[in-house]
Amino acid sequence: MVISLVREHTERIKPPRALWVPFQLGRPLGAPDDAAFQTRVLRAALALFTAPAGPIIGDFEEDAPGADPDDYSGWVCPVALPAPPDGTAVPGSLLAQVQAEIDSLAPWYDLARERRGRTTVGVSGLSVVDAAAFLIRFLDDPEIESPDPALSVAHAAKFAADDLKAWYFEAATARPGADGSVPLNDWFWQETAAGRLLLSLSAVCRGIDAPVMQWLADKALVPRSHHHLIP
Amino acid sequence: MVRLTDIPDIDAQHLLDKECPAFEGEPWVEGPPLAGRRVAIVTSAGLHRAGERNFDLRDVGYRVIPGATEGAELVMTHASVNFDRTGFQQDVNVVFPIDRLRELAAAGEVGSVADFHYSVMGAGWLPHEIETTARELAGMLKEDKVDAVLLSPV
Repeated sequence: MVISLVREHTERIKPPRALWVPFQLGRPLGAPDDAAFQTRVLRAALALFTAPAGPIIGDFEEDAPGADPDDYSGWVCPVALPAPPDGTAVPGSLLAQVQAEIDSLAPWYDLARERRGRTTVGVSGLSVVDAAAFLIRFLDDPEIESPDPALSVAHAAKFAADDLKAWYFEAATARPGADGSVPLNDWFWQETAAGRLLLSLSAVCRGIDAPVMQWLADKALVPRSHHHLIP
Repeated sequence: MVRLTDIPDIDAQHLLDKECPAFEGEPWVEGPPLAGRRVAIVTSAGLHRAGERNFDLRDVGYRVIPGATEGAELVMTHASVNFDRTGFQQDVNVVFPIDRLRELAAAGEVGSVADFHYSVMGAGWLPHEIETTARELAGMLKEDKVDAVLLSPV
């Protein structure tokens, strides 16, 4: 029994039992912190085990509560971040800007971690500040050594970028109402120095003739929806 | 709400262009009532316990998520950046509904929860490239007496 986020795929593959759900990619159970809604989705999925014949695609018609990804009304950044400077980011000053953002957001990240009893940050093995510093060194010199001897520098950069993004998003969603992924993404990619760092990194990687760097540039740092911001 | 008509054209076209294999035949197996079934979750979200080996960019392997694992132990190292992660960051159950499944088992709506769940990373490879892993997982699920599997994507 599969939960289907893309009905067109499921119609072509024809698994025995599928429940199509009208939720955004990344949220197959619909909404975080809404146990009742998640249970309704799970019950609807499991109910297909009693279907008399298949293949069958069930439709879960109920939209996820509060999950309009375009909804800008429910979220504002917890803190006022410094305005971005004019011109192209300079590595040295960029680290200071990211550090200042991290200092400003840290109380909200700490609160989110305390309330949730968990964090998804840490896959790079670096602190968020060290992750940012490594990425900025990489931006300055893509031939630097990986901070993890077991990983290529490109892989290390991918995980450091994942940690940096996760840290910012966990901080930004600490306050209630943070449910629209579009405004959250627009905030990160358009208003933060960390976002500018990753956009600049994508641009640098695009210019390096190596498959892993092209992968990093095109698929592993910046979502397709924000590629137009890559300088 | 998100349907293909609701997302940017570039993202919708990318999804429509994905290779979707056609299978010979239409397998169909029935089983006991849900209250007698043993249920496992298999996710393609690239989840694993913190400290375990991260998924690589074209990783066709799997990670084991023991049945007693708390959601707070799970992290995500998916290669793709083209889906929402903020929901998972707030609540693991929006991707991996382990607490909801345990609640249904406690209420007697499902028979039991499997001893092991499994995770793969659903990006960077073509569908046929993960067949060996899929067959291996199916064998292990059978060994665990699982007779209902929830496949959860991102």
